[in-house]
Amino acid sequence: MAALYEGFTLCGLVPTQNASDSAIQGIELDGDSDHALVTDSTRSVTLYKVSDQKPLGSWTVKQGQLLTCPAVCNFQTKEYVVVSDNKVIRVWKDEDFNLDRAFKATVSADVWRVHSAPGGEPVVLFQRGAVRLLDSLLSAPQQPIEDVLSEEEVIRWSTNIVAEKQHFVLFTTEQKGEHFLYVQRLNPNTLQKYRLEREDSRSAPLSFSASLRDKHINLLYLYPNGCVYQSVVAARGYVGPEGVQALPRSLRLRLPVGEGELGAASAVALDEAHVAVVGMPHPSARTGKDFLCIWNTNFQTLQAGKEMAGRIHGQVWCYLGKLFVPHGKALSVIPYECQKSSLASALGKLRHAGIAVSKSSVAVPSWNTLLHGNQPQGPAKIVATRKSKLSRKSQSVQALTVDQVLKLIKTGPVDEVQREVEALVSRGDAQDLQLSVGQLACHLVARSQAETTFYTPGALAQLVRTQCLCHSVCPDLLLLALEHKDYFLCQLCLQLFPDIPEVVTCACLKTFISVPDGDVEMVSLEPDSVSFMEGLVVAGARGGQQNGFSPPLFEEDSCDAHHQPKPTQHQDKKNPTLQLEACPVGLHKAVLLNEVLQTPYSDNLLLPHLKDLNTQQVILFLQYLQFVYLKYSQDVYTQTPGLRSPTVTQVIDWVCLLLDAHFTVLVMAPDAKGLLSNLNSFVKSQVKLFSELGKIEGSLQGLHKMKLSKDISQYSIEVIELF
Amino acid sequence: MGELKVHRVRFFDYMPTAIRAMAFNAHTERLALARMDGSVEIFNFTDHYFQEKVIPGKDSRSIESLCWVGGRLFSAGLNGEIAEYDLENLRPKYSLEAYGGPIWTVISNTQGTQLAIGCEDGTVKLFEVLEEHIQFERNLDRQKGRIISLSWHPSGTHIAAGMMDMIRVFDVPTGHAVQRLLVDRGIGGSKSRETVVWSVAFLSDHTVVSGDSAGKVQVWDGHTGTLVKTHLVTKWDVLALSVSKDESSVVAGTSEGTVIQFQFIAPTLHQQDKEWVRTRTFKNHTHDVRALAEIETAIVSGGMDTHLVVRPLLEKFDEKSHASGLRKIHFPHRNLVSCAKKAGLLLFQFPGQLELWRLGDSDGHGKPGDRLPLKWKPEKLLLLKRKGEDHICCSALSSCGGWLAYSTVSSVRIYRLQTDNNISITKVSKLPKVLRSAHQLCFSSDSSKMFAASSQSSVLVIALTQSECKYVHTLKPKSGSRQPIHLMTTSVDGKWLAAANSDCEIHVYNLQKLKLHCIVPVYGSCPSAMGIHPTTNNLTMVHADQQLFEYSIVEKQYTDWSRKLQKQGLHNVWLDRDTPVTHVTFNPKNPNQVVLHDMHMFCIIDQSLPLPDQKTQFYNQMTLRSLSEQERPSHLHAFKICKTFQDLLCVSLLDDQSLVVVERPLLAITSQLPAPVRQKKFAT
Repeated sequence: MAALYEGFTLCGLVPTQNASDSAIQGIELDGDSDHALVTDSTRSVTLYKVSDQKPLGSWTVKQGQLLTCPAVCNFQTKEYVVVSDNKVIRVWKDEDFNLDRAFKATVSADVWRVHSAPGGEPVVLFQRGAVRLLDSLLSAPQQPIEDVLSEEEVIRWSTNIVAEKQHFVLFTTEQKGEHFLYVQRLNPNTLQKYRLEREDSRSAPLSFSASLRDKHINLLYLYPNGCVYQSVVAARGYVGPEGVQALPRSLRLRLPVGEGELGAASAVALDEAHVAVVGMPHPSARTGKDFLCIWNTNFQTLQAGKEMAGRIHGQVWCYLGKLFVPHGKALSVIPYECQKSSLASALGKLRHAGIAVSKSSVAVPSWNTLLHGNQPQGPAKIVATRKSKLSRKSQSVQALTVDQVLKLIKTGPVDEVQREVEALVSRGDAQDLQLSVGQLACHLVARSQAETTFYTPGALAQLVRTQCLCHSVCPDLLLLALEHKDYFLCQLCLQLFPDIPEVVTCACLKTFISVPDGDVEMVSLEPDSVSFMEGLVVAGARGGQQNGFSPPLFEEDSCDAHHQPKPTQHQDKKNPTLQLEACPVGLHKAVLLNEVLQTPYSDNLLLPHLKDLNTQQVILFLQYLQFVYLKYSQDVYTQTPGLRSPTVTQVIDWVCLLLDAHFTVLVMAPDAKGLLSNLNSFVKSQVKLFSELGKIEGSLQGLHKMKLSKDISQYSIEVIELF
Repeated sequence: MGELKVHRVRFFDYMPTAIRAMAFNAHTERLALARMDGSVEIFNFTDHYFQEKVIPGKDSRSIESLCWVGGRLFSAGLNGEIAEYDLENLRPKYSLEAYGGPIWTVISNTQGTQLAIGCEDGTVKLFEVLEEHIQFERNLDRQKGRIISLSWHPSGTHIAAGMMDMIRVFDVPTGHAVQRLLVDRGIGGSKSRETVVWSVAFLSDHTVVSGDSAGKVQVWDGHTGTLVKTHLVTKWDVLALSVSKDESSVVAGTSEGTVIQFQFIAPTLHQQDKEWVRTRTFKNHTHDVRALAEIETAIVSGGMDTHLVVRPLLEKFDEKSHASGLRKIHFPHRNLVSCAKKAGLLLFQFPGQLELWRLGDSDGHGKPGDRLPLKWKPEKLLLLKRKGEDHICCSALSSCGGWLAYSTVSSVRIYRLQTDNNISITKVSKLPKVLRSAHQLCFSSDSSKMFAASSQSSVLVIALTQSECKYVHTLKPKSGSRQPIHLMTTSVDGKWLAAANSDCEIHVYNLQKLKLHCIVPVYGSCPSAMGIHPTTNNLTMVHADQQLFEYSIVEKQYTDWSRKLQKQGLHNVWLDRDTPVTHVTFNPKNPNQVVLHDMHMFCIIDQSLPLPDQKTQFYNQMTLRSLSEQERPSHLHAFKICKTFQDLLCVSLLDDQSLVVVERPLLAITSQLPAPVRQKKFAT
């Protein structure tokens, strides 16, 4: 998982004359990790202590002069280097107050950038593509500088990378609509030129970001159509043939760009799986492209998003766990965190294996479909759609296109919208659906939110059922369903969405647990899950205990049962009867709770939200969990394999989470005492079981060792003893 | 009893060869089994599946098919010859070139008057079975393509022949082919390959059942030549078929190592119409099942993985008993290892060579369970390759290690050995004329005489001296039995010789007087091992049914201990073992101790200890180990069984009181087999 934390403003920005230009030329690191060197677009360089949001120093060139390159820090000498008016290199130290008095050297050609990285000398990249080490340049400033690039070739972006002992300068150029990547190795100097694959729209890449991973340079670049490509250049050993090579690329991410193309946007790789993108629309907010988002490229999931107020210039820098984003009139610093991503953590705790496979054939806005045009849907589905196609044709009704339906949703009456959406969904083939379902759902939800009278449960349910929808595509859907008390839709969403955030899961839980039983019993829910629950409730009530069954939990701690004042109902009943206790919640409510139990989640994200539940809710939920656990552990009820049902592990996990969240409250609550002591005995029995298993494991391991010690040779003389 | 030093030997690379064919004689209940090396083995199914006789193989002989005619055994093979075997002298009686190229199969009619063979050149040849010979009668209509399998209709009027891509039905009197049944090829890639009909069975209702290389078992109507039912049972070949006597069941053996049973039953309850339904699958083999026989109560199968499996059909048994257990016969029921007890030498017998090894030694002492450091390693002294085409049938090493002898069906060779410093071997050049072949060889304990079991249960006595070997006498049994001797043993004092033959007779000869001393009362089961006690001269015999007797040669009666044992009865656990005891030796230092072994255990019987009764824990070594010194004596019984060593070929006690255990792990045999057919397994 990745998260964006609460950011802060590092400094205000002075708007430039030309509104489209950014007020900041560049942000570079100082030797100190907490320092950032901010170069504005005109004349001044400011050094900030980031954590204190305090400027430590500021240097300005004279009026009339212009800084043409972001200031960098020479990590070896702790000096700052900047270029003014393209040709004048200035070097100064912290103590210098006046930039004019600092060391100056005028070089013979225009400088594009000075680059510096920890562990390497600063490098100067000239506008015509030549590269010099700063030291050697300053020792002979007027040395002739050769032209590497051809006449019309212009540098668009550059960076440098220090890998072990190798120093690289990377820059991209544009020439007649074609883009090239140059990789300049220093010591020994070699230059390699790659041609970037041309994007269909012939547009230029919006931003580049290079990083070093596993001895390879990974170049990440973003196009206005939202595609993020990655190319890999070997950092070591291989020096390719002369001439221009094609640079293979792979599509890492296709961002939803909304209407039109991205204007000022930038993507920066945070780690191997995460990319921060600024200046793009949030998939759930329809307008505005002023979001900072972290995407997981492995799973194509949106991990975190943040709206940045004001104009975004498509600039983002990433240093040491912080993102620097100039927007509007401020430069914001936003700390982020990317955890090592696994599928489990990206999607939360995995669902019950068997069901997960059968039900969620399409998960997240599928990268398969989006990238490669695969059709993960089974043949049955295709057949079905074909059939419906035929039936549609036979009706000879003029079918509406997606865009027409979208328009209709904005204004049309409920019935018509419902009808057309259903028609569209049943007609469209898988490929189109994938893309349009999200839009349809978003529009429907938006309309419903705007007009309280407008609500189309059938259409929404059908959209969800296509399995092309997930929570991140339409985050308001589930909340809308909750608002309208459409529990059936809630159930569907919980079943089919793989990426429901924990906060929403918790909201569902809260709603479900506090809804009066009568309200839910009337709702029609998915029959499979209802029949499972019926089976579970009936199982114990039949009283069908198997031969030789003895309630194991209460026998063993019958001795300490004396100390614990159990609730009266438990005292006058024999222990086994407790296990036949009725379900503490109504049938349909239980079904909904089961859905919550089976929703994927991450412990540490769920825990804070669980604290929102009040004590009564917690106790009721715990009672229900206890009920399910008892039913399961009774062995009387054998789980039907096909049915969707929470596993024992899920039940136990939830019990643990609830106890974690509310333990102090529960300890104090008198109603919870019996419950807690029961749960305690479960834990005891589980601990005992596991200790027994541990013993078995130990003895099995012993067996294993015994077998191992006997290596068989061709001949040996052994001593045996017979009695 | 105490500690024992054990030489654990695993360097005998004994490798049985694959089973190629088998034929069961329901009348005598003998199973004849042919292996790839041309050897034939006879198992007596009435006597605990004891391997009664072994006819050694020959390089040029290959057997594709076996056939019983009454008590006579015929074989045919790819060398194009039909052979009849002399089961008394354990050699082929004669062989006959059939002039039809390689022969794939031989069958006889139910009357036992005719043999039919299927030849490579497409002919089915009929032979008349005469008293002492067989004679070519005629050919049936020659077909294009080889005849792989044959089956004679029980009435004798028709023969079904399995060929390439088809089955032909011949009318025997006219010799014309009357039906042509086309067999489909396999699907997919195997479409281009001809289907080989590996096996056919002709039932009395004119149903033809066929098994072919496309993995099908097909049922045909022999009258109309129509296909009734196809069972696709494997992706590979169906190699063998066998029909039960009442024709209610057919078993098919496949390349996957499975045996699949089909039964003629009504597919739905209370219905008259019966059909062939696939019922059971047995998997007791890892490789091709090449030979099958469905007998009264069991399915017998064998194949590339070299072991014989007797799989009882449990519905034929009312209760779980000894007979209802699965049997696997891995090792021959006779000795392939000779041990020179004084010299510490081992002689290993292979079909093609002999290996002489000197055991290693150690001067260390250790606790039980320890492995002692070796002072010197075991040493292969000699590799003696046989001369001629015939395989070695028996071999012997004198206990001093100075003499070595082996025999094939055509010759006996005796060698003088010197193993002390520089190894030398000298062939004894002039052998007596009478010594042409031997079923068993054995040296007297002082190495002055050699005994060779000859025809009609007679024993030749040969005197050995440094320079020559001389024929002394022929010991002849009084009974006039014609069966071969399969066991021979002499007493340490050189006075007695005991010889056992396949008629279960044991003759004891007095070697000083060179005449028959006595006949041990004949017991119903064949002796599988015997030995004469070095001090008491009592003869200890173990039979195939696991019974154990001790007979006093001097007193010509069973000893008291033996009577006591018989009276009390052997422990059920002992009786339930499924491999015969193949070796009996004695402890020269402790006259009470007898050492015996079978494939899975060795046992030291201490006659001074009480016999176990049925309630006693029979395998009690673990219990005894856990008891204290004082408690132990009350738990001891006479049978001390050690199962530490497995897959035993020989257990012998050397004169220095250390035990030699020759193991041949089945895993090592399996690992030398060719790869089985590839089967799709999970995640491969």
